[in-house]
Amino acid sequence: MHELSIAHGIVDTVSTALGDTPGVVRDVSIAVGALSGVVPDALHFCFEIATADTRLSGATLSIEQVPVAIWCPTCAAVVEPPPPLSFRCPVCNTVSGDVRRGRELDVLSYTFDDEPALEGA
Amino acid sequence: MTRIVELRAGVLKKNDELARALRSRMQQAGVFTVNLVSSPGTGKTEFLKQTLIALREQGYRVAALVGDLETENDANRLAESGAPVRQILTHGLCHLEAAMIGDHLEGWALDALDFLFIENVGNLVCPSSYDLGEALRVVLLSVTEGEDKPRKYPTIFNSADLAIVTKMDLAAACEFDADAATASIHSVRPGLPILWTSARRGTGMSEWLELLATRRDATRTVAAG
Repeated sequence: MHELSIAHGIVDTVSTALGDTPGVVRDVSIAVGALSGVVPDALHFCFEIATADTRLSGATLSIEQVPVAIWCPTCAAVVEPPPPLSFRCPVCNTVSGDVRRGRELDVLSYTFDDEPALEGA
Repeated sequence: MTRIVELRAGVLKKNDELARALRSRMQQAGVFTVNLVSSPGTGKTEFLKQTLIALREQGYRVAALVGDLETENDANRLAESGAPVRQILTHGLCHLEAAMIGDHLEGWALDALDFLFIENVGNLVCPSSYDLGEALRVVLLSVTEGEDKPRKYPTIFNSADLAIVTKMDLAAACEFDADAATASIHSVRPGLPILWTSARRGTGMSEWLELLATRRDATRTVAAG
């Protein structure tokens, strides 16, 4: 269970990007690869804990799950083996360890309101 | 006004940057760094202890860092090899991070070392996400754990550079199926090299030591060129 460390990493990344810009963060969008070692459900849970008392408090977390894609040398193409996790080309059955997608663990974007004072009015 | 800000930044950027700095520091100092990862109970500590003893006998200068949640037991066991060893206590954290490695290297003259081994916290899930600046990531699997473990924990096997099967002296008693284990490992990481070892009996250790020396020489050639 290292999702709490990951959640803190997300808070750090967004906080650094925000800098001194005033506003309230509404949503953080991240990409989680099937080989990233991160469990989306656990991350949702930890995100709430990690954002408490930060500028991200109350923000939602949107997770885009990225399936594994490999380079198939036979088909000369990037292909996505269907789940469960495998590294076998779904077209020609060639096994390939050349992973092209699926290791992502990235903050894609964040949404924020830069006039939070109007809200309570 | 609501704004959307594109970032495209790695969540573990801080760790990755520290790891990259460690890697170049090690390369400049000529230290070949190995990160050992496995479940608890696979036999990492005994395997590493025998590795340290054998490398020292060959005249190599070696050191080890060992991560655990609590106790200095493993550091004490490893220190029996005569090599300098430091324990990293994570106090509950399930993996090692690059910053902990940097902190625990303080005071060690890296250019006086040929190999540095990092024994990660026993865990097949979390250590896979954290680069420690190693030149070689080794995942260990014991014959007592079942041949299908790689399929259950694909991420760590997929991120490794080498798999080592341990406790081969118990293979017959466990009815261990080496072909099934190979198929399981290769289903999640096609072509991953596998070594079959018993630290207690010495099985496969010369192959392992040879691999270490070869890989280290290759890194040094690259660094020199």
